[in-house]
This record gives sequence, C-alpha cells and structure tokens, in this order.
Amino acid sequence: MINIVILTLLVVIAIAIIRMKDLFAVVMLLGIYGLLSASFFVAMDAVDVAFTEAAVGAGISTLLMLVVISMTGRREITTRHKPLSALLVVAITGFLLIYGTLDMPYFGAADAPIHGHVAPRYINDSMQEIGVPNIVTSVLASYRAFDTFGEVVVIFTAGIGVLALLSVARRPEDPEQITVINDSMHKQHLVIRIVVKILIPFILLFALYVQFHGDFGPGGGFQAGVIFAAAIILYTMLFGLSTARTVINQSFIRLTAAIGVLVYGSVGLATLLSGGNFFDYDVLVNDPIAGQHLGILFIELGVGCTVAAVMIIIFFSFAARREIQLNNKNKESSSC
Amino acid sequence: MDIVINISSGLCLFVGSFLCLCGGVGMLRFPDFYTRMHAAGVTDTLGSAMILIGLMIISTGFLVFIKLVMILLLGILIGPTTSHVLAKAALHNGLEPLLGHQEEADNKETTSSNP
Repeated sequence: MINIVILTLLVVIAIAIIRMKDLFAVVMLLGIYGLLSASFFVAMDAVDVAFTEAAVGAGISTLLMLVVISMTGRREITTRHKPLSALLVVAITGFLLIYGTLDMPYFGAADAPIHGHVAPRYINDSMQEIGVPNIVTSVLASYRAFDTFGEVVVIFTAGIGVLALLSVARRPEDPEQITVINDSMHKQHLVIRIVVKILIPFILLFALYVQFHGDFGPGGGFQAGVIFAAAIILYTMLFGLSTARTVINQSFIRLTAAIGVLVYGSVGLATLLSGGNFFDYDVLVNDPIAGQHLGILFIELGVGCTVAAVMIIIFFSFAARREIQLNNKNKESSSC
Repeated sequence: MDIVINISSGLCLFVGSFLCLCGGVGMLRFPDFYTRMHAAGVTDTLGSAMILIGLMIISTGFLVFIKLVMILLLGILIGPTTSHVLAKAALHNGLEPLLGHQEEADNKETTSSNP
C-alpha cells in the first residue's frame, strides 16, 4: 500500500520537474524526489541503499546543483521548438522496454534467476566466510571488492575532472580582510551560525560512526564520506570561503582524495603479494576472518577518504568560480 | 499502570497527528509565505515532538528511548532554525508579508475586504 503511494508521488514529482521552468524549484523537487526514493527503499527493506540515496540524492547533489544554479541563473531558456520525432522515439523505446518486462519473473518470485545465482551463497555462507553481520557490506567490500574499486576510481576521476576544468590560481588572502568579512557576516547569520556550531561536531561524529559501524549496521565508506563532506560544506557556506580555506588546507584535501584510492589499491596489492587473489583478504593475517575484517576496514577507510575529499573539492571549485564571478561584477559596477 | 501508559501515549500521538494535520491544512489555506511557514513550523516542531514523546512513553528498551530523545533534540534544534533562516531569506529578498498591510488598509478605509 505505502509502496503504491510513494511510487505515485514519485511520478507526480517527475512530471512536475519536467513541466517547471524555475530551476531553483526543480532542484528542490529533485531533493524531495531523492528523499521519497529513500523512503521507498526503506519500505523495501534495502536500508543501505536508502541511506546512500538520502545522503547523496537528497543531500549533497541538491547542494552541488544549488551552487551551480547560483552561477548560471535560475531560469530555464524556453524553446518553441517541439521535437515530436524525439517524443516518438522515446515512446517507442518505452513501449519496447515495458513489453520486455512482461517476460520477467514476477516481483519477489522465489524462482527468479537472480535468486538462484550467487545470492544463496551470500546469504548462507557470508557469516562463515567474511564474519560481518551486514551482508551488504560483505558483498560490497569483499565479494565484489573489485567493482567497488572501480566505483572509487570513478569518483576520483570526477574530482580530477572538476579540478582540471575549474581550478584557478588564487592570490593568498589578506588575513585582515578575512576578519572584516567574518565580522560583517556574524551580524547577519548569528542564529544559524550558533546552531551550526553546535551541530557540526555531532555531524562529524555521526560520519565516523557510519564509517566504522558499517560492518554491523547500514553504512559504510560512501555514506560516511558524503556526511563528512556535508558537515564541511555547511561550515563553508556559513563562515565564508576564505575562512574555510584557512581551516581546511586545499592541497591536503587533494592529497586525501589520492591517498584514499591508494589505500584501496594497496590492500589489493598486499593480498597479491601475500599469495592470494586480488582483494582476497583471507591471506592478510593468519586467521581468515580477522584478515577479512582488516581488509574491509582498510578499503572502507579508503572509500571514505576519497568520497569526502572529492565532494569537498567539487564544492570548493564551484564556490571559488562563483567568488571570481562576483568580484568581476563588483569591479564592473564600481567602474561604471 | 499499563493503561496509564497506553492512554498517555495515545493522547500524545493523537495531539501530534492533529497538529501535523493542522499544519498541512494551514499550508494549503494560509494566504502568504510567512503564515504558511508558520504552519510548516508547527508541523515539524510541535507535531513531530508530540509524536516522538508519545513513542517514547511506549518504547520498550533503553536504546530505543535514547534514540528517540536524540531525534527529538535534533528536531527541536533544527526546526525553528530552518524556519528562522527561511523567513530571514524571504525578508532579505524583499518579500513583504501580505497581512502586515492589513492595519494600514483598515485605517484608510474600513470597508476593505477581509481575506
């Protein structure tokens, strides 16, 4: 019942997103869409996926898109061109896709191929083989560690891409100017600043909990990294870019992004050198279960470092661009 | 003892749900941004707090209780702050409250229509 309600709401929001021209409202609706999908995943008992969706889809991607909109403007350019042939192609493809699903096994059918392949082994043997109560973590970090390695490299590449496109050389700021900006902002945002000051330690602590409790409950490196980055982005938004730059060293953040991938890959190399397969943690320590625990701990750490660092890098690059844009505008207006 | 717990928790849950419903009606019926925000604020501060207190009363086990207390603390810290920030942003961008001009209008002509 609740599934049908949530799915209907998702369709309604999707149509609203297509119809709307105000990009700010569209981004807000995308956040609501992410939160609703997260609720849907919880209703389907996929807590880990829901956690990721809530942190990434509803949280940080909304934030990053807002930063982009602040640079590009919030109106969608309307075209009078009506691409009917494209609509036809989409309609036919959609029809074929729906036609294709008719042959699929029913939702939740016990004899579906997906349930006969590797899933029984994960469910029955993962406790003996990996020794981690959360099966999702053992699949993600141990059985399919190579796939996860690929994901981490993709995130790292995204960070490098943003840096290559948007990074700008800056003059170091005048510390006095920073304090002036700080004082002027202090009057404007007093309430929210104090509340955020109270909250940030707890957000960071929660990120660490998610990171290291991922073996036992929902969580893991991806979610923890995003939550950690969200705390720092919150700080940056309220205390100004220049203050945040003095708190968080930019080259250190870039180094962290690379080190995360390096730690992940090194675990794989260490297993190779100890005489096992790539990412077969059994050989790391004498006891296979302890080896698995150690391997999962290290690769989750690597994932967390990379994700947090890349999110912070992306936000900082966009925000720095925005700063330059504003400065140029100020100069133009003052010269006129 | 059992009946006291059940009744008090039910009462809290009922009041909380009622406030949430009121907030929803207010969101739809109120005329301008600020009054609507007030309705939303009622929902996410008092409504959710009452529901959480109701759940706390019937909670079994200390861990569940503590988790609910933490959610409540987070809620009453964040809810009013968001309302404050929203109102401030709206005022900063020049959105005038609709009802603020009511008195001036009333002073000018008493026949002005009530919303």
